[in-house]
Amino acid sequence: MNTDQKNKINLVVNSESKPYWEGAAKGQLLIRACNACGKAHYYPRTICPHCFSEDTAFVEASGNGVIYSYSVTRQAKPPYVIAYVKLDEGVSMLTNIVDCEIDKIRIGQKVRVKFSEAGDGYALPVFTSA
Amino acid sequence: MGINGKSYIVGIYEHPCRAALDKTLPQLHAEIAKGALADAGLSKDDVDAYFCAGDAPGLGPINMIEYMGLNNVRHMDSTETGGSSYIVHVNHAAQAIAAGHCNVALITLAGRPVADAKEGKPVRYYNQQAPDFPFEMPYGPNVTNMYAMCAMRHMYEYGTTSEQLAWIKVAASHHAQYNEHARLRDVVTVEDVVNSPMIADPLHRLDCCVITDGGGGIVMVSPEVAKSLKRTRVKVLGAGEAPKHLAAGQVDLTYSGARWSGPKAFAEAGVTPADIKYASVYDSFTITVLETLEDLGFCKKGEGGKFVSDGNLISGVGKLPFNTDGGGLCNNHPGNRGGMTKVLEAVRQVRGEAHPKVQVRNCDIALAHGTGGLLGSRMGSATVILGNEAA
Repeated sequence: MNTDQKNKINLVVNSESKPYWEGAAKGQLLIRACNACGKAHYYPRTICPHCFSEDTAFVEASGNGVIYSYSVTRQAKPPYVIAYVKLDEGVSMLTNIVDCEIDKIRIGQKVRVKFSEAGDGYALPVFTSA
Repeated sequence: MGINGKSYIVGIYEHPCRAALDKTLPQLHAEIAKGALADAGLSKDDVDAYFCAGDAPGLGPINMIEYMGLNNVRHMDSTETGGSSYIVHVNHAAQAIAAGHCNVALITLAGRPVADAKEGKPVRYYNQQAPDFPFEMPYGPNVTNMYAMCAMRHMYEYGTTSEQLAWIKVAASHHAQYNEHARLRDVVTVEDVVNSPMIADPLHRLDCCVITDGGGGIVMVSPEVAKSLKRTRVKVLGAGEAPKHLAAGQVDLTYSGARWSGPKAFAEAGVTPADIKYASVYDSFTITVLETLEDLGFCKKGEGGKFVSDGNLISGVGKLPFNTDGGGLCNNHPGNRGGMTKVLEAVRQVRGEAHPKVQVRNCDIALAHGTGGLLGSRMGSATVILGNEAA
């Protein structure tokens, strides 16, 4: 939020987010689901934001979704695409759309997760055309 | 216990500077406090409550009360909801006065992002401990692209166009031409807006607010104190505040927290959108105004584009005069926080002290609304409804 340019990726890995990033490093997109109420949520939290149960766990998402909305940050060099992707599991996540012709990106477009290098052996889930 | 009629705004001040290279941040707060108290006809020793938000340095009220020498404070509030904080403060001050906790409340905002940038200081700060930070910051969210995604989705669902959004800026520019302090005073056209450079699709440069230094202040008092003052008093009729966020992944960018703060404020004031003669609506970007007007009930959801078109927001021309000071889009967005100036222009309108070219006739009831944080993720929304003595 402090710059017009896309930040150099600087992951914050803490006790709550570490399994998420370890999953991404292995090519898995993880979301968190609650065993008490059965609902998934994003971003992942220890206590379920739906029912406040502590009985939550990471589960692997299919990696498929559709673009809910997006924007192209034109003044960045190079321009990049920020988007909310609604996953097939029903939750939406902020992400980037990559490896696409940016002027052909559309809301409703089907996309699939891929993982970009994020340093220190970690990877960042991003999306591209399905 | 409601707040309707239990407090009055009796003093306001908008700092005239738009670049504060020669002033410190605490100094701006103090100059603003002095200006607002002078407008009310009160002194600093009359102040028994102080309100400020995250723009105030240090521990906020603690440091500022000491710096300004406010020696009689018995109530403090540093509620922080971003740029809407000062509208929340009006609500909280009204509640505190109604409860008898204080009689004279001072609210100040100041910022110097222009000067800070020139001095090489970091313009904004976002705490890495924020729970969303690890999962969002790697993707390059910034203020513009996070609002842009709202506009993109609104266009997709409702057919809203860039030209319709442009009308919001056009209306603001019509008003700003009469404000000698406005950062941008040139009247612009729809074509000017849609032909300005694309910043983050679909928002153009002229869909974005200005960045300015300065700030503003408000003095609120109990009815007894108000009656002892000569200044035209503006009654606080009702207020509402509401958070809105990504709802654990159930993202909907087509509405704001005004959907909840608005009805609360209208109910408390006992009025409807049809009673509002003038509206100050937070205009960080054109899309902020469009979604807010829908959520406040000035038109149906999805019909905001049609509602704002053809000068409907221009004073003397349209049905709902808005941001007659030029708003954040043209006049002032001090410290990247526009809630304060929204209240100030609403007060001017109810007093009948707006610029004669933009003053709304018989402006007995006005509304001010703020959107703090990001329309594209999490925000604090706040609405206040003000009226004259008869309202």
